Amino acid sequence: MKLTVVLLLSIAVTSIIGTVIPQNENPAAYFREYGEFFYQLFSMLGIFDMYHSWWFQLLILCLTLNIVVCSIERLSTTWKIVFVNNPPFNISRFRKLSQKESFNSGHKLEDLRNTYEPFIARRFRYSRVERTDQGFCIFAEKGRWTRLGVYAIHLSVVILLIGGLIGSVFGFAGYVNIPEGEKVDTVRLRNVDTIEKLDFEISCEDFDVSFYPNGAPKEYRSSLTILEGGKPVYKKDIVVNDPLRYKGINIFQSSYGQMPSDAARKRKVQGKDTQNEILLNFTSKKTGTAYQVKTVVGKPIDIPEQIGQFVIVAYKKSALFGGQDIGEAYVGKLTPKDGNTVDILLPLHFPQFDKMRKGAVVISVAGQETETFRPDKKPDIWYYTGLQVTKDPGVWVVYTGFIVIIIGCYITFFMSHQRLCVDVNKSGKNSKVIVTGTANKNKLGMENKIKRMARQLEDLVKEG
Amino acid sequence: MDNTTILSIVTFVYGLAAFLYVASWVFKKPLVGKLASWVAVTGFIGNSVGIIMRWVESYRLGIGHAPLSNMYESLIFFAWTLVLIYLIIERKYKNLVIGAFATPFAFLAMAYASLSPNISDRIQPLIPALKSNWLIAHVITCFFGYAAFAIAFGLSLMYLLKQKDPDNKSKLFSLFPNSFTLDELTHQMVVFGYLFLSVGIITGAVWANSAWGSYWTWDPKETWSLITWFVYSTMLHARMMRGWRGKRIAYLSVIGFTAVLFTYFGVNYLPGLHSYGGG
Repeated sequence: MKLTVVLLLSIAVTSIIGTVIPQNENPAAYFREYGEFFYQLFSMLGIFDMYHSWWFQLLILCLTLNIVVCSIERLSTTWKIVFVNNPPFNISRFRKLSQKESFNSGHKLEDLRNTYEPFIARRFRYSRVERTDQGFCIFAEKGRWTRLGVYAIHLSVVILLIGGLIGSVFGFAGYVNIPEGEKVDTVRLRNVDTIEKLDFEISCEDFDVSFYPNGAPKEYRSSLTILEGGKPVYKKDIVVNDPLRYKGINIFQSSYGQMPSDAARKRKVQGKDTQNEILLNFTSKKTGTAYQVKTVVGKPIDIPEQIGQFVIVAYKKSALFGGQDIGEAYVGKLTPKDGNTVDILLPLHFPQFDKMRKGAVVISVAGQETETFRPDKKPDIWYYTGLQVTKDPGVWVVYTGFIVIIIGCYITFFMSHQRLCVDVNKSGKNSKVIVTGTANKNKLGMENKIKRMARQLEDLVKEG
Repeated sequence: MDNTTILSIVTFVYGLAAFLYVASWVFKKPLVGKLASWVAVTGFIGNSVGIIMRWVESYRLGIGHAPLSNMYESLIFFAWTLVLIYLIIERKYKNLVIGAFATPFAFLAMAYASLSPNISDRIQPLIPALKSNWLIAHVITCFFGYAAFAIAFGLSLMYLLKQKDPDNKSKLFSLFPNSFTLDELTHQMVVFGYLFLSVGIITGAVWANSAWGSYWTWDPKETWSLITWFVYSTMLHARMMRGWRGKRIAYLSVIGFTAVLFTYFGVNYLPGLHSYGGG
């Protein structure tokens, strides 16, 4: 018992260290923070990952062993107390109790006995009547089994640790970043820096982040597909608090980020037109004929029908028109045959846009889908989703431990082994009834119960 | 009137109740104690109304969620649970002096929530991590635990004060419940808090497993709640197995409550995942 307290408190006290010193950070950061000496000392003691250090795990192991040994030692005694066919009853023990409730009744012993016996039997799991020198006494009890509650708690601690152990041996916790539109089949494990191969591929079709008007994040959503042998087998949009679970692997929304902007541009521009080539549509107003011309940024081209010259000068991720974001666009310069150079805006998602200019030629970018543009999501921002990928076959063991611990706590703290003794003796013409009782816990509550019981017994025989 | 106005008023009502409880104890005026009791009940009703209005208001703002999502809301709820538990004890044990050691905590929590410049009383929308049904279960169980520990702390203080005067000479302490009752009541509060803390930690773990992918990450808040749990475990073992009573139990209860305070407030100054409790 002393050892238990020492272990409990030393785990409590050492745990504080890990909350003050940030865990699992970059060694360089520690080095800067604590200097060479303390860095060496701390890393030798495993302080930078102290909850997984050998000495901390040893403390936990000692505590568990201590709990197991103590429980087994005590259980043999408790077992003998709990599992008895005929609960022992010693009237002199009850007569010695200082707290007793008594009253006198004009009824005969026999009547009292006939009234009280069934009354008490209904309220207690076990009851029996014994003859005494000057009358009788009813002994009753319940909740003998609740003495086992504390073992349930101790057992649950062992269950929790087994669950944790299963998780750390057979499970893993890793993370992976997947750019939108790409897929992976490996994850990087935390802390150990190794790669874990999955039995399937995770593909991220889409990632969305939305914000409240005050700028706080509202939702992170990744549209994921699980692929097996290249074939999609399961699809789910995951958000924080709603992970995807597939074949014992759990995938959680954990972070997100934007791909570097040139990578995004490269993908966006290259993805559709190889080698940065842009296919432009020119529709002559005069003849109504449409022409397609390939070009690249910065290369001037002559527009058919000798309308003039056109050059694309820039690509914009999100172009503004009248203060409105109209998404991706090219900016070009049109120099008509006889006139001044004008700036032309070619939004990728609005091919009819240039019609508004009412010029001699309508220019648009060919081969664009018009449906994909949504003003809330700038299509040129290329996100990656950060996923936490875990496998923990011990979770259900741990959850079982949780349930056992709650039930155990309830039994241990709110239920007790209660014993009642109603001692009825002849006192002259009357009968004197003395009610006493004991409980192994919550003695104040038992006192009140005895008082109530005495009143009930008194009322029971008052009228009759 | 919006919820924050009501809750500011409740702060002063609780302040008044605390003052009256103390006055009734020091000047031995039972009538003042009766009054204090009614003021506390009024404050509790106001507190409940404030919480409900805040809840309704959040729906009107289109970001409906239970008002248990930030420091302000948690302090308000803490005061509510504390006064609720206290009023039940008052009804059961008919001792008004305990109020002088319980209601001041409710007042302090409310005052801190209303007056601290670091705590925003705005209704904020839920960030993704908090969007879960576990939020309500986790916060409610934790705060019932915290409130019970706070009352146990107040009772332990009373016990320790009473021990300073073993012969019951001082009139100041004669109105206290007797040492046995104080000790037993402390124990009951700790047991109650312990059960709720356990359930609070467990719901937190289950929630963490669905939000972060791990039921236990040794995040500072988790670790401190475990430290608190260990302190109270020690206390319960010492009492139930070794038969510790009185002073030593009272000291352990004080240490336990210090750990609770650190779990609640101190952790916000440490790095970790639980950062929403901060502001």
